Amino acid sequence: MSASFSVFVRELKLAWSGGGGAALPVGFFAASASMTPFAVGAETEALQTAGPGVMWIALALSSLLPMERLFQADLEDGTLDAYAGSGVGMEGIALAKTLAHWIATGIPLAILSPVLWIMLQGAPEQSGLIFLASLVGSLAFFFFGSIGAALAAGMRRGGLLIALVTLPLYVPTMIFGAATLDAAANGADWAGALMLTASASLFGIATAPFGAAMALRTAID
Amino acid sequence: MAVMSFFHNPHRFMAGSKWPAWGFTLLGVVLIVVGFGIGFFRTPEDFQQDERARMMFVHVPAMWLCMFSYAFMVGASFISFVWRHALADVAAKSAAPIGAVFTAIGLMTGSIWGYTTWGTWWEWGDARLVSVLILFFIFLGYIAVWQAMETPQKAARAAAILCLVGAVNIPIIHFSVEWFASLHQQSTFMTTDNKTTAEFKIPMYLAALGYLALFGGVTLLNMRAEIMKTRADILLQRRQAAD
Repeated sequence: MSASFSVFVRELKLAWSGGGGAALPVGFFAASASMTPFAVGAETEALQTAGPGVMWIALALSSLLPMERLFQADLEDGTLDAYAGSGVGMEGIALAKTLAHWIATGIPLAILSPVLWIMLQGAPEQSGLIFLASLVGSLAFFFFGSIGAALAAGMRRGGLLIALVTLPLYVPTMIFGAATLDAAANGADWAGALMLTASASLFGIATAPFGAAMALRTAID
Repeated sequence: MAVMSFFHNPHRFMAGSKWPAWGFTLLGVVLIVVGFGIGFFRTPEDFQQDERARMMFVHVPAMWLCMFSYAFMVGASFISFVWRHALADVAAKSAAPIGAVFTAIGLMTGSIWGYTTWGTWWEWGDARLVSVLILFFIFLGYIAVWQAMETPQKAARAAAILCLVGAVNIPIIHFSVEWFASLHQQSTFMTTDNKTTAEFKIPMYLAALGYLALFGGVTLLNMRAEIMKTRADILLQRRQAAD
């Protein structure tokens, strides 16, 4: 446990010291959500209809971006081999790294989401809920993504493959999260949808590290 | 178990699979021709759907076989993962493109059938349609993993993991789409009726058996090609090493 925790701390330090690499997905999130009015029209009504869904897709795609480097850098410079040789369970490593990356990138994404929500003509009173939904949803996206990240770690040009492998895993979170935002936009009851989103992330946290660890052990030997 | 250890030796597999591979392929083609022939020309028109119901003979077996192919791949991946059975990797890899083709045929014919009967090409509220579409993407991802990895051993492990993860994922997607559909209060797209008569069943089963035999035959052919390719690679390496 303590070994996993030191990996977690190391990852956090790396994420925040690496010249703002962790902030790139946040920029992508803002830019891609800002494209919405040009695609669906600038009318308030059109934005309110399409906004929640587009925002959720933008969140999912922004969560995919850091996945390519999640394990790849550590595999290339031998850090993962050192971890494997140290006797620490690869599951703990996968959990620590994914969680650290989520804190470094996922939480900033969630902080930005109410801003984008209001830009897309969503009701400002719902900001807290949007933050919460994005927080929970990006956690699920990061953990399901970690399986794809681990599978593609040993490949050149693995980025596109991560998208192809991971997007099917995103479907339930996509449905539940977008339903939460949709319910919030229409003033409907959002609690059930939010809880289902949370259940998707809990399922991801509980299962994805095992899948990622299997894939990482393959990549190492 | 005995069968598994028997085929652990590729030489034995190569010796035993030559005639079954071509036999099943031929049998599949014959059964499909006969099944489609009866279905298209002998079976009377359905009283509700007229000629369009004949789409069933192409569509329904394709849907069965796409699920069967994936189940086969899951089984093979499991064997490959647990016992590191070399031939199981090859089997799963060989079945993937065939499964993907069945899924594509099923999706396309289903879409055309849906348009002519219900007036819509696609219905997002239907859990079956959406899960099959996602299954198709998983097939593509699986094939892509095999092609992207540097060594076949690593590719086999990674692909097996993806296949098993997909097997967990498909039911979850099915239920989430059902929930999504009930949220949007759409009427169910398809209703299953059990009125299908023997005149429809016989050609459909014939076609399904034909698809199954074709699947078995082409999978075996693919496996043989794969093993021959591995042998050729090894021979090439030996020659290069000798030079």
